[in-house]
Amino acid sequence: MSLLTISASPHVHGDNSTKKIMWGVVYALIPALLVSVYYFGLDALRVVFIAVAASIFFEWLIQKYLLNGSETISDGSAVITGILLAFNVPSNLPWWIIVIGALVAIGMGKMSYGGLGKNPFNPALVGRVFMLISFPVQMTSWPKAQPIINGITDAITGPTALGIMKEGLDAGKTVSEITANIPSNMDLFIGNMGGSMGEVSAIALILGGVYMLWKKIITWHIPVSILLTVAIFSGIFHFINPEHYVCPIFHLLTGGMLLGAIFMATDMVSSPMTSKAQLVYGIGIGLITVIIRIWGAYPEGMSFAILLMNAGVPLLNNAFKPTRFGKEVKHG
Amino acid sequence: MKTFKLGGVHPPENKLSAEAAIETIALPKQVTVPLGQHLGAPATAIVKKGDMVKVGQQIAKATGFISANIHSPVSGKVFKIDNVYDSSGYRKPSIIINVEGDEWVDTIDRSTDIDANIKLSAKEITDKINEMGVVGLGGATFPSFVKLMVPDGKKVDYLIINGVECEPYLTSDHRLMLERGEEMLIGVSILMKGLNTNKALIGIEDNKKDAIEDLKRLAQKFKGIEVHPLKVQYPQGGEKQLIQALTGREVPSGKLPLEVGCVVNNVGTALAIYEAVQKNKPLFERVVTVTGKSVKKPSNFLARIGTPIKELIEAAQGLPEDTGKIINGGPMMGKALLNTDVPVVKGTSGILIMPEKESKRNEASNCIRCAKCVEACPMGLEPVLLSKTSKLELFEKVEAERVMDCIECGSCSYTCPANIPLLDYIRYGKNKVGGIIRDRSKK
Repeated sequence: MSLLTISASPHVHGDNSTKKIMWGVVYALIPALLVSVYYFGLDALRVVFIAVAASIFFEWLIQKYLLNGSETISDGSAVITGILLAFNVPSNLPWWIIVIGALVAIGMGKMSYGGLGKNPFNPALVGRVFMLISFPVQMTSWPKAQPIINGITDAITGPTALGIMKEGLDAGKTVSEITANIPSNMDLFIGNMGGSMGEVSAIALILGGVYMLWKKIITWHIPVSILLTVAIFSGIFHFINPEHYVCPIFHLLTGGMLLGAIFMATDMVSSPMTSKAQLVYGIGIGLITVIIRIWGAYPEGMSFAILLMNAGVPLLNNAFKPTRFGKEVKHG
Repeated sequence: MKTFKLGGVHPPENKLSAEAAIETIALPKQVTVPLGQHLGAPATAIVKKGDMVKVGQQIAKATGFISANIHSPVSGKVFKIDNVYDSSGYRKPSIIINVEGDEWVDTIDRSTDIDANIKLSAKEITDKINEMGVVGLGGATFPSFVKLMVPDGKKVDYLIINGVECEPYLTSDHRLMLERGEEMLIGVSILMKGLNTNKALIGIEDNKKDAIEDLKRLAQKFKGIEVHPLKVQYPQGGEKQLIQALTGREVPSGKLPLEVGCVVNNVGTALAIYEAVQKNKPLFERVVTVTGKSVKKPSNFLARIGTPIKELIEAAQGLPEDTGKIINGGPMMGKALLNTDVPVVKGTSGILIMPEKESKRNEASNCIRCAKCVEACPMGLEPVLLSKTSKLELFEKVEAERVMDCIECGSCSYTCPANIPLLDYIRYGKNKVGGIIRDRSKK
């Protein structure tokens, strides 16, 4: 018999692990990935492949040569950043922009703070916003959904449903006039619409969300508070003037709303730790997104909203402590 | 089903020895009786080298108020009084006795008939428990008579009996409830008389359905005793959690259960009190579980205090080949032992032998702020914050975040996906802040 081990209690460990959580998120993204391949063809695979490969490469490079640490790419977080980055861009984006986006996401958004767990902002969104501001034209020409069963054809590009709605309203048209020219709500739900790869299929994203809830990777607080806030806030305005403010269902199904609410805002590292703080965080994201969508310069506000609320997380964590057991009594 | 409200985890129960009836093991050749096997000041020896002692004879007397008497578990000759390693890993003053025969003092009533007639008054009960050296057998070893001394102005609404045994693997309380339930309930009545209360609540985790049924049936003969099944969740047996589960009351931070009108005692302690008051028998033996996945015969042994652990392991058919760690207590809060020479003491509830492949910790990685530790903490603390600030030695912040409320249950470390040793850092912080508070109150 070998020597006895001495270590402090507890002497057993549950089966949670960082790897399981990260890969669980990757599995949850598979339905959405399959749908985007269906609607955008091989281009979708190309974008995901480049984004993931670049993310892994940059993390490995920076970790080994700049931070002089042990390897971290096997924990799966770089893969998630790559996939989420890919989901935020048009499937016809030039490869070199994707690589720059991955470098910014991993290098600036994550490694510059010290690596996994230390970043205050969601790395994929940091990369995405950088690309949007630096390459506005390429980042806003969205391919139309063309199911690959119809044969592989050249991509047709144009603005998203959200973009069309925003432009039309700004130009003075009414909601009903614009609605005639954009996909129906059912089309928006299953994914038959133009847009980035991750925003197309609501049902695929919701499926992934349910999977993560089941595996206890996320809780309901952030997605529900975001979506409810968006629904109620946009609903109030729609109720007041239905021809000038589009209905809440439209807001929920277009743009990065579901991808953001289910996958981006729920990123553990950049979101608050207690349920109460998470609810306030979600309400904040919902409000800011709708404000930008209705009155801001951009048709989509989700990325900015999440990054802004990320900045407020330390404050939220401090303000909303968990319920303590037993009343406090001063010592000594 | 009743349970505590905040946090908790559910480790695999592994009650391998639940079916093993209590077995008396053979007497060892030599016993080592530490003088400090209870909370409070160690006792002072009243025998010296060469003295002949009998079973049940007092060999050490309590030093000060929070202390306990110690009685000889064997008959024989005192070999020496020396500093010897005990389960704490430190050398402690102990009385070592060479065993000769098994002669008991004649004041002990050795008959096995069950005596339900409580003749002593409340004050006499308290004194008798003190005299007989009874301490809390749940593991804390707090001198039991102190709990019966209720200060003026405070009233006990509920006597709470802890039959939860929430630690995985341990089954000594389970077997006691099954095999000596009636005597244990008489012990509960004695406690009720001592505390001047007419309500006792017994909490038992729902994985001991046979004990729950048995005690519910037996308790019908007793006035005021209720048996309640509790959800299987760790740490259901934690004093504060148990009080909340059974009564809904929350003990305020830093205060005793008496603050909310409750006194808590383990089922083993209740049985020891029955033996002390009704049979004049001091505390010198207890039931110890010997268990583990590779142990050939997981058992529950009635062992005399001072028996070396290795004798119990031999009685369980020997130390398994693949042993990696030997734990005194359960896997969540127990202490890893240096060797098997250490003796059984009043607080030894079980010996858990862990196979090599389960003995090493997983490697720690970065905190991903998942907040699973916050979810798991039964006291509503933030282990991630306490751990980080303790590591950075920001003790003012550590105290402000209520580290002194931590019950060291280990749920946080258990659940952390990054395998961070949260409890290690928290214990460090708690230790330092405790020192700061003591210094502050001295000024």
